[in-house]
Amino acid sequence: MINESAVFWSRVLTELTLSFHIIYATIGVGIPLMIMIAQWVGYKNKDEHYILLARRWARGFVITVAVGVVTGTAIGLQLSLLWPNFMQLAGQVIALPLFMETFAFFFEAIFLGIYLYTWDRFDSQRKHMLLLIPVAIGASMSAVFITIVNAFMNAPQGFEMLNGELVNIQPLVAMFNPAMPTKVAHVLVSAYMTSAFVLASIAAFRLLKGSNHIYHKKALFLLMKLGLIFSIATAIIGDFSGKYLAEYQPEKLAAAEWHFETEEGAPLVLLGFLNDEEEITYSIRIPYALSILAHGNPMAEVVGLEEFPEDEIPPLYIHYLFNIMVFIGMFMILVSIIYLAGIWRGWSFIKAKWFRWGIVTGGPLSIIAIEAGWWLAEVGRQPWILRGIMRTEEGATTSGQVDLMFMLFCLLYLVLGIGSVVVLRRMFRSNSIEQEIADRKSLKAGEGQ
Amino acid sequence: MSLEILGITVLWTFLFGYIIVASIDFGAGFFNAYSLLTNRSHILTNIIQRYLSPVWEVTNVFLVFFFVGIVGFFPQTAYYYGTLLLVPVSISIILLAVRGSYYAFESYGSSGHKGYAFAYGLSGLLIPASLSVVLTISEGGFVDVVNGHPELDYWKLYTSPLSWSIVLLSVAAVLYISAVFLTWYAWKAKDLEATNLMRKYALIWSIPLIITAAGIIVELRAHNKIHYENIVKLWPVFTLSAILFLITLYFIWKKQSYGMSVVLLILQFAFAFFAYGFSHYPYLLYPHLTIHEGFTNQEMAIALVIVFILGLCLLIPSLYLLFRLFLFNKEYVTGERKDHA
Repeated sequence: MINESAVFWSRVLTELTLSFHIIYATIGVGIPLMIMIAQWVGYKNKDEHYILLARRWARGFVITVAVGVVTGTAIGLQLSLLWPNFMQLAGQVIALPLFMETFAFFFEAIFLGIYLYTWDRFDSQRKHMLLLIPVAIGASMSAVFITIVNAFMNAPQGFEMLNGELVNIQPLVAMFNPAMPTKVAHVLVSAYMTSAFVLASIAAFRLLKGSNHIYHKKALFLLMKLGLIFSIATAIIGDFSGKYLAEYQPEKLAAAEWHFETEEGAPLVLLGFLNDEEEITYSIRIPYALSILAHGNPMAEVVGLEEFPEDEIPPLYIHYLFNIMVFIGMFMILVSIIYLAGIWRGWSFIKAKWFRWGIVTGGPLSIIAIEAGWWLAEVGRQPWILRGIMRTEEGATTSGQVDLMFMLFCLLYLVLGIGSVVVLRRMFRSNSIEQEIADRKSLKAGEGQ
Repeated sequence: MSLEILGITVLWTFLFGYIIVASIDFGAGFFNAYSLLTNRSHILTNIIQRYLSPVWEVTNVFLVFFFVGIVGFFPQTAYYYGTLLLVPVSISIILLAVRGSYYAFESYGSSGHKGYAFAYGLSGLLIPASLSVVLTISEGGFVDVVNGHPELDYWKLYTSPLSWSIVLLSVAAVLYISAVFLTWYAWKAKDLEATNLMRKYALIWSIPLIITAAGIIVELRAHNKIHYENIVKLWPVFTLSAILFLITLYFIWKKQSYGMSVVLLILQFAFAFFAYGFSHYPYLLYPHLTIHEGFTNQEMAIALVIVFILGLCLLIPSLYLLFRLFLFNKEYVTGERKDHA
């Protein structure tokens, strides 16, 4: 017995929680690395500005991590509350990385607490900096383990089905499924990329708002370098993801690219709209590009949607999500290349208002790209919750009150979203960088006497 | 020992850990709000802030560990409890989320809106109350299987004296555990005023604690005969727990050995909690699900146990470091050091 309304609301509520959580989770994975790099640069060059950068980021990070932790707890429980049938089945095969994730999270939480409360406690700065290593490792490993679970949903393996029962279960084989390498790598580097561009966006915004402090310029330069490295890495791994999809989830690739008929030397469709007759209008076609994306060979054959049964094709709107993700990624690579080239060649326009506004938009845009990427990943797996094994509606709860819970969680995320933004703004406004540098100087002068 | 017993013992231990650390945390928030209300906040706020700040996130992980672990070792619990608990656990999640995030907002962001402090204090009582419903449901009698799916009988649940006694016990236990711990912590911080105030709270809350605990055993007799008989069989352990409770109270009454009192308190709850757990065996959800039927496959169980052992090798030294730097560090506890970012 399937409760249609429970299925619908379970999907909506899961989408809501994930969409909200992923903002804080992505930042939570990437920022520890940024703090670590800034503190390391500051320590190496004996440059107080970078140390302060790390310190101020760490303060802001506490707020985002708090929201990340509580919404992560929410999605962790909602997996069982909204998808009890799925968890009962999948839990037998893929519980291991979920369990590992709690350890990674535990590890991170402990060292984050220590790091935050021991800023001036140790005699050597180095000792304190080393505490960041477990924080950054814990944060990234959490992402790795959770993404492994998601990869398993896309490419389940490590078990056999016998009369509806799972037999011959191999937890490690399930973890190292074919979707895992590209997915994990893509999630990690895109989180680093997003964190770099979000922080760069803040630095550029401060510069635009009249603070001409060298502190912000140093921050911006460092972050744009990191952003460029990670955005290029994201694009390269994205290309590998295309090859993975062509091999293991061709229907997902075909739906994302609006590739209806199987053909050799397939073109890549960018942009465009789909009308009621399933004809593509206003699109750009790049000849052979889809074959290259899928198989690395311009003449290779790419399987089209025509080869799949009607009820196993994901919704076609994922093409728009794919475009949003790719275009933002390209835009960010371009902005950071121009900025760095400008610094190197002494172009003055990179200091112009309009260009800085471009960098400012990069932060929100990167977050939108993360959202679009995850919607693409999740909607593109439909109609399956566990590809080829269990359909989404079979996994959902039969409970009747999901719609009411949806309303409550809407309210919760509204409060958390507004609360975190208000608190972050107030935190940095009441203690501007100029103020803090002055305070530290007078403190040091006081100690010296 | 079979793997399912090992698994449930590990999970039960972590749940116990959560109950202790979370009780300290929840109770602290309540006492803080209460002292604001009675204009005595100057006595407690510093002590409570200093204890809570570095550990709040760790508290939450104990809970996450428990529910991820139970779905891992006993995937069928996801089906039964997941279907049944949508509403009560969703409410708990929302309360936990508001509480956790506002703690960070308040202590790192800005200080001082009284409304937050009250909401924070109140949530500390509502969370244990809403989570304790899980224990009530596990006693059986509130679940009907309709068309092959478990459904919760809310009317029966909310009109049952058993469920309200469990709610009261959870609240009383939270306040008692927290008060005893904070008495010791304040004493360590050499804050006499706070010590005396917390000592008073500890003595007050010991009374509802022991009344509700005894009451529940009596109510179980009518509600779940098998469980009641199992509890009676374990009477020496429960008696030991009661004796430990009395010794703790004696020390606190006499204003001596506050550190020992915390140790005895933890032992008292440990004996009662594990004896309760054993008496519940073999049911995860009476009478629908036992740990034997609900257990995962051998391969997964072995993998989980290995990961658990490796994880502990990582966690125990880390937790030790955390406690050494904050809980057992004189300079930190007495407030001489403020090194936060």
